Amino acid sequence: MAQHRKSVLGRLDWLTVLLVFLLVATGIMAVYTSEYTSFDEPFFDMQRSHMKQLMFFGLSCFIGLVIIFTDSKLFYSLANLSYLFGILLLLLTFVIGGEVKGSHSFIKLGSFTFQPGEACKIFTALCLARFLAAADTKFNTLRHRLTAAGIVLLPCLLIILQNETGLALVYFAFFFPMYREGLPNSILLIGITSVVLFLSSLLVERLPLFIAITVVALLSVWVLWRQIQKQKAVVLFIVGAWLIAVTFSQLVVPYVFKNIFKGYQVERIYSMLGQDVPLEFQKPGQLAGKDADYNVRQSKIAIGSGGLTGKGIMNGTQTKYSFVPEQHTDFVFCGIGEQFGFIGSSLLVLLYLSLMLRIVFIAERQRSTFSRVYAYSVASILFFHFAINLSMTMGLAPVIGITLPMLSYGGTSLMSFSVLLAIMLRLDADRHILIR
Amino acid sequence: MKNFAESPRAWIIASLFAIMAIVLVARLFNLQVVEEKYELMANDQAIYRKVIYPARGSIVDRNGKPMLYNNVTFDLMVTPALVGKHNSMDTTTFCRILGLDTAGFAKEMLKVVKKTGKEKPGVFKSEVSKELNARLQENMYLFAGFELVERSTRSYPKAAGALMLGYLSEVTPAMLTNNRFASYRQGDYVGMSGLENIYEEELRGIRGVQYLVRDVMNRPRDAYKSGTMDTAAIGGKELELFIDAELQAYGEKLMSGKMGSAVAIDPKTGGILAMISAPSFDPNLLTGEGKGRNFAELNKMATKPLFNYATQGSYMPGSTFKPITGLVGLDVGAITPSFGYPCSGGYYACGKRIGCTHSGGGHAANLRVAMANSCNAYFVDVFRKVVDFKNYGGVHTGLQKWHDYMINFGFGHPLGVDITGELGGHIPDSSFFNRMYKGNWNSCNMAIIGMGQGEIALTPMQIANAMCLIANKGYYYTPHFVKKIGGDANHPKLAKFKEKHTPMHIAPDAYQAIIDGMEMVVTNGTGKVAKLPGINVAGKTGTVENYAMVYGKKTKLDNHSVFVCFAPKEDPKIAIAVVVQNSGYGATWAGPVASLMMEKYLTDSVNVKRKFLEDKMFNANLIKKYTYVIDSMQREKDRIRWELKMADKNMQAAMAKRGDTVLVDKMMEKFYKIKK
Repeated sequence: MAQHRKSVLGRLDWLTVLLVFLLVATGIMAVYTSEYTSFDEPFFDMQRSHMKQLMFFGLSCFIGLVIIFTDSKLFYSLANLSYLFGILLLLLTFVIGGEVKGSHSFIKLGSFTFQPGEACKIFTALCLARFLAAADTKFNTLRHRLTAAGIVLLPCLLIILQNETGLALVYFAFFFPMYREGLPNSILLIGITSVVLFLSSLLVERLPLFIAITVVALLSVWVLWRQIQKQKAVVLFIVGAWLIAVTFSQLVVPYVFKNIFKGYQVERIYSMLGQDVPLEFQKPGQLAGKDADYNVRQSKIAIGSGGLTGKGIMNGTQTKYSFVPEQHTDFVFCGIGEQFGFIGSSLLVLLYLSLMLRIVFIAERQRSTFSRVYAYSVASILFFHFAINLSMTMGLAPVIGITLPMLSYGGTSLMSFSVLLAIMLRLDADRHILIR
Repeated sequence: MKNFAESPRAWIIASLFAIMAIVLVARLFNLQVVEEKYELMANDQAIYRKVIYPARGSIVDRNGKPMLYNNVTFDLMVTPALVGKHNSMDTTTFCRILGLDTAGFAKEMLKVVKKTGKEKPGVFKSEVSKELNARLQENMYLFAGFELVERSTRSYPKAAGALMLGYLSEVTPAMLTNNRFASYRQGDYVGMSGLENIYEEELRGIRGVQYLVRDVMNRPRDAYKSGTMDTAAIGGKELELFIDAELQAYGEKLMSGKMGSAVAIDPKTGGILAMISAPSFDPNLLTGEGKGRNFAELNKMATKPLFNYATQGSYMPGSTFKPITGLVGLDVGAITPSFGYPCSGGYYACGKRIGCTHSGGGHAANLRVAMANSCNAYFVDVFRKVVDFKNYGGVHTGLQKWHDYMINFGFGHPLGVDITGELGGHIPDSSFFNRMYKGNWNSCNMAIIGMGQGEIALTPMQIANAMCLIANKGYYYTPHFVKKIGGDANHPKLAKFKEKHTPMHIAPDAYQAIIDGMEMVVTNGTGKVAKLPGINVAGKTGTVENYAMVYGKKTKLDNHSVFVCFAPKEDPKIAIAVVVQNSGYGATWAGPVASLMMEKYLTDSVNVKRKFLEDKMFNANLIKKYTYVIDSMQREKDRIRWELKMADKNMQAAMAKRGDTVLVDKMMEKFYKIKK
């Protein structure tokens, strides 16, 4: 085993490190250009966000190095303890938590604010990995499946109670590793379909949606033709699914929007998507075509005005002059979209995709279940952040405060992702050892 | 590796990731490449198109002295639709700075919305004071939708030539529908009258545009694309006038306390040297904050200072018309210079006596003497001889011939002077008399036209122009103010003033006879007051009888004093026509004004011996009390007429409405069987 003779640094997956560093660099540039007004301001001003972010990055590298030089077995043994610690922190937040922008999920230590829900992702990932890797876990039993779901949903519930829905949503990412470990296909299918169905019934007009659903149903009949010949019940299943989807999108959503929701609720939902309320859902007396939510509207303008090639670095009019709120945190992607256009934005999407696929690749080469589940958790968390954040900046999903991994300004976010990734890299360095 | 390939679920998860990435890229493509509205919206928000107003062209007199100065003021403009659109407006601070309350603010906003609509910028407050401007500038970022726009306004150091120069004001909604002002925006300043209006295209220059990037607080920050799309403003062209600013101011002073007009023209070029309309007013009144109020005040005055007596006022020319009657007589062949008329103090050939101030024998022995003594009978006779001339075969044709002569002299139609509002006076033709006398008339009915009374009306500008024609012995140039535009004397807009008009081919002898007569007026006749040492002046006095309807009765008012002259006789440099309303004999008031102006222009100063005359003119107040009575009666009449018109209109509207109701009732009955 030649690998074992190399030092731990030699065994690290440097491709992942490179991808992560590229993303961080993009992030610092995006933060800098979104705040840039003129060259007169000193670059090395510690008060400015890009310098702070640079400092956070240095700190993250240090923590990452510390993690790299620990023993990989440590994380296995500390998994449950850290989970308990995380839950305690979340509970503690209810007692001593401070309020930031309407959410009670922060603990303040002097000038330093800390969000336990962010760190708890790591602990939950470790705990879930350990539970699924345990020798006595039979993941095909309902009891153990419910236990695993419980591990994930407990912090999720606590975070929802802290009014931080966006962060809570990320915990659903853990259903990907669970799926990988044996959760039935139908759960994944139902989960994804309902999300897609819900969003598309809001965003897409009714007739095209009906056609799309029918086409998907017919396609699945074609794909599953061989199985249908064996088992006629499959047809029934497909027809049933088609019926449910059609009923939901064609009847339930319009009915609920027209008759059950109040005018302001309808407006709120559409405004979170950056859309005007469609005519048919407008209540009498309600202002027609009321402005959509300011953030999303501005974000769409910024990204949309970038065009194919963008306005060029530091030439973004919308981000430079603060038309987009929170443009260096949650809406950091606007700066990229405006300055580098379709080409630059697509490259960034590709960069993320490469990182995620690399992690899936890493996960699959692990010998121990613990490492694999953990790596899948990391990939899924990244995916959720990436997908939700970009969707919301482009008006595909409601605006919920979720950061763009490695790019958004903010110490907690950057450091929690660094720790998440560093642990994974450490585990990967020992991928030939059975960790338990 | 081995595991990866073997686990279908790894593939499924990986493809899910990829599908999401594809969805996002597709959305990006739609937002950034397919949709174009976002770019427009971004430009709309972030790019501020600042219009740079160039300095308006200046106006200088013939000696290069400025007639006016340019000033820069600021208008507070507002685009109502943008107020509070992106961030709430700080109304409290705004109202505090402007000294308004909330209700006042709402009222002003409503005014702007009514005037220009919500989407276009309109004037919230025009010509804000310097101090207010400074306070607004520093807080401007708080007031989204508002902007301070630079405007070029005028001030007048000599306070002279108000009607000639005209004034600037905001373009009116009605003007914006006119093609000429299509490129203007609400709130832009435009020449409303006079030279400012006629030469607007030359004076205004070319507006520049600067593109600035603004931030979310609406503050302009940087040049957009480093200013590569900007265009520079080009300043307006300078107008150089024929006007002699000194002479203009002097003439206005001479005409103070009088009503009427004085027009001086250089016969060689048609360039107007001075155009006085009395009473005049200070042009500075129509600039700055109080201009609206001042305009209303001036408009209300009984003496009508906004009325241009020189180009809009029409007068019977009185005896100053006699040289023209004489010329026509000579040209037609009705008389010769030696023709004499045995006047014994009146003209009796038409039955009713037409009076003549002289009765001595031989005061009308020939044309020259008759002119010098201003014999009424002589020129009435000449006029009758012209229209009854045997070659014409009837008075109708004869009058038509005479009418043609008058048109050729520049009467009966606007001359085409380069200021706004010029009128044409009135010259009757045979159809006019057909209407007046129901077809039954002869030369006796209008014989007094020969002496410049009756159904004839000329503007002082036309009289002065006719003098130029006589002085030049047969030609004139359309009177005009502007000599050069931007230093260019051959500017296309001036081409029509370069055209030499030789409308008639009257023999030089005829002109000489008339000019000799006019010289004798000054040397030995009624116009001795106009005599200048060393300069041969040709002139003619006029004392015009005039009437007005006062309390329903035709009432004779004081005579208009009229005087025309030109000098030097041999090489005319100036021709003047002066009318002083209701003041008396031509030689008493109009004569001295004309003579003093002429002396001032030709010799640059006024002889000490004539200072008393000057003082008399400066201090005279000849505006009669009845002017106010007649004016108020006229206004009352206009008001009643307007009220009747409105009542009539309302009545018609009511009738129409009633008609509709009846129709509806009928239909209800017919189709629905509902009876009222």
